[in-house]
Amino acid sequence: MENEANNRRRSIWAVLWDNDFLFPVVVVLASFVLGALLMLISGVNPLIAYRALFDASFGSSNSISETMVKACPLLLCGLGTIVAFRCKFWNIGAEGQIYAGGIMAALVGALPLHLPGLVHIPLMILAGAVGGALFAFIPTFLKVKLKINEVITTIMFNYIAIHLVGYLVHGPMKGKGFLPMSEKLPPECCLPRLIPATRFHLGIVIALVTAGVVYFLIWKTVLGYRIRTVGENLTAARLGGINPVSVVIWAGLISGGLAGIAGMVEVGGIQTRLVEGFSPGYGYLAVAVGLVGQLKPLGVVLAAILFGALLSGSNAMQSAVGVPFTIIYVIEGFMIMAISARFMKRRLK
Amino acid sequence: MDPDHHNLKPDPDLRDSPEVSYAGSTEPPQVLMRGIVKRFPGVLANDQVDLEIKRGEIHALLGENGAGKSTLMNILYGVYQPDAGEIFLNGELVSIHTPKDAIELKIGMIHQNFMQITNFTVAENVLLSMKNRHEPFLDIAGATARINRIAESLGFSIDPGAKVSLLSIGDRQRVEIIKALYQQAEILILDEPTSVLTPQGTRDLFRLLDDLIRRGLSVVFITHKLEEIMSVADRVTVLRLGKKVATLNRAETDTRELARLMVGREVLYDIKKEETRLEGEVLRVEDLQVLNRKKLVAVDGVSFSVRRGEIVGIAGVIGNGQSELNAALCGLQPVRGGRVIMNGEDLTNAQPREILKWGVGFIPEDQNDGLLMNQEIWENLILNGHGQPPFADRFGRILFKNAFAYSRELVERYSIKVRSIHSLPRELSGGHRQRLILARELSRNPKLLVAAHPTRGLDVGAEEYIQQQLELGKEQGMGILLISTKLEETMRLSDRIVVMYKGRVMDILDRDEATVEKIGLLMAGVKQ
Repeated sequence: MENEANNRRRSIWAVLWDNDFLFPVVVVLASFVLGALLMLISGVNPLIAYRALFDASFGSSNSISETMVKACPLLLCGLGTIVAFRCKFWNIGAEGQIYAGGIMAALVGALPLHLPGLVHIPLMILAGAVGGALFAFIPTFLKVKLKINEVITTIMFNYIAIHLVGYLVHGPMKGKGFLPMSEKLPPECCLPRLIPATRFHLGIVIALVTAGVVYFLIWKTVLGYRIRTVGENLTAARLGGINPVSVVIWAGLISGGLAGIAGMVEVGGIQTRLVEGFSPGYGYLAVAVGLVGQLKPLGVVLAAILFGALLSGSNAMQSAVGVPFTIIYVIEGFMIMAISARFMKRRLK
Repeated sequence: MDPDHHNLKPDPDLRDSPEVSYAGSTEPPQVLMRGIVKRFPGVLANDQVDLEIKRGEIHALLGENGAGKSTLMNILYGVYQPDAGEIFLNGELVSIHTPKDAIELKIGMIHQNFMQITNFTVAENVLLSMKNRHEPFLDIAGATARINRIAESLGFSIDPGAKVSLLSIGDRQRVEIIKALYQQAEILILDEPTSVLTPQGTRDLFRLLDDLIRRGLSVVFITHKLEEIMSVADRVTVLRLGKKVATLNRAETDTRELARLMVGREVLYDIKKEETRLEGEVLRVEDLQVLNRKKLVAVDGVSFSVRRGEIVGIAGVIGNGQSELNAALCGLQPVRGGRVIMNGEDLTNAQPREILKWGVGFIPEDQNDGLLMNQEIWENLILNGHGQPPFADRFGRILFKNAFAYSRELVERYSIKVRSIHSLPRELSGGHRQRLILARELSRNPKLLVAAHPTRGLDVGAEEYIQQQLELGKEQGMGILLISTKLEETMRLSDRIVVMYKGRVMDILDRDEATVEKIGLLMAGVKQ
């Protein structure tokens, strides 16, 4: 009847724990405090270190651009994480889906279509999305038809895609020269840079617009309603006439498609060619981005920028004060641990 | 004197003069709770409640869901701490901080969900919370002997070496009682002990309780079933909305008065039984076979039918295949053999979404299977029709205006107590959650309603409302399959009663020929 958890009077901790906005904010701040303590122990002034970190990630238009360049694939994959996790499809395969999207985008980009960029780039985006979606489809299908755990299959599929790119750029798609990379894409197939003398490219805008689209999908459409309902209560969803198989397949396709667009953005906006190992683990970090963002599109935008800033500023911090950049991993790890603890407690009961 | 024997008879004087405990004026009551206040966020669960329990009485605690009965007893058992108020045991002020304190003060509590480790043996479970002389080793032999002695003295036998998972519900309950006596309890609290028992099992339990009070124990017995109070309690305390309403002697009251005190108004007990026209079958089940999760046959060749304007009740002790039957009818569990025909359409092994299309409504067995606890009320109310007009356009966008208007109307029509249609079901009481499900299912005007335990765990007021709605549906021509473990309910509402035992139909009785005795025996597998 009465919940035992209600027994304790609502302390500040309980309020904090229940608040979807405050909790991640406090966890992020606490993580930085923890990082500061570690720096103090190793004899470094954390204020100077954080100053260097901040300057390198937000201090100039160039550093802001670099932060956004890193945030862009994190955001796209993080949005994919939302769509999948909302219906309890645990897609940990964004990394592989990035690579799959990258391959497709590079292939389409290299086609001698002689089209203007305005047409060719959307085709590449579409190709990237299809690549990521198809790559996510296999684990999704295995899950709904044979009940094979998607956490395992999506992780294993990451290695397939990563090494497939390695094979392609060492073999069939290898360009001239010694380095394992494909031929450079024609200039009209590269995402235009929007701020001169920086790498701030069109993909960043695309990612932000996509966040709005995902918001609409989740909260304003029948498919979004179904995705949330299947994740909330599978039996109730079935009794309400929802076909969970098709909902999970759609969620898997969309999730993979968003990661595939991230792959296109990296290939078309940063590398301008297919390169071995072109993603430094964006797909894995995207799971953390999704969780820290509380599976909400706006939250994921903020989380992606935060993690992008940490990625782009950590090296500068190391050279400024000599504290190893791995301290950033400690800070990230603490955030992920605290946020996941709450996520598991609340959503996976 | 044998120490075990002694603890069953804590007060040797009392044995010779049981009337002392009823006179009560000379000795302090065994338990006196005074001015107990307990607040939960947003709820005053107990508001200045007084409770007096005399030595050697069976004291019933009666109230609707959320009246504060369990809270009060959990305070006595040390699970909760009161915000104000005092507890006296035998005239002495005590403070009980944990269940361990309560056990030391010789208070035992048997929760609704037994606190047992099912793959331990009876003896291991009884020993769980006890210290013994042989620590760190377990004294299984000593415990076995004592359990046997206790059981014997109570007139039944139980194998202390048996795994609890293999025992019947009734035996598991007796294990809990033995455990309490093993801990030398003098005050025994039972939280809704009969909700899991057959009529016969209930009678056995009551006989056991009588036995216990003759040994000088006091029993507090939480219930919302009036007839149980009339058959077993000495006194009854009624709680309503956290307040104590009255304490009455059983002999000086009747069910009508108790119901009024509990609900706070006259309860309409006799739902009018009008003969409705019987036409075509809306459900026909032929030789149905269903396996349970362990791949064992749970429904074994069941056949029956439900016609328009008829309520057919499925009676039986929990775990005799009703659950699997329900799951199969809802399309949640595969059918191994036989056929299910709904509204003339063969829907054997159809998915729930196909069954829905043929005008079938579901009240799921477990409320949690019917509600999206963390999604808003309106999202719950449109669940059945969310993909089509008027709730969605052809581009798959949700039409919020229509969904909200529809939800407001249903909330109004079914008097669902919510702050807004944007509240969450988990904030509602059990009764209003059930109304939510009922509103959603009935408002579609299904031709067949499969209602599994529609009033389980609900208080009298909510129960009455739900039953009236079912009757109303029937009068409008709906065919209803009612699966319930409340025999009174099944008998009152059903036109025909299908009794299930071990996955088979024992018999199908017409309303006129059904008696509690007859059904009780059939439920126990006895066919005369």
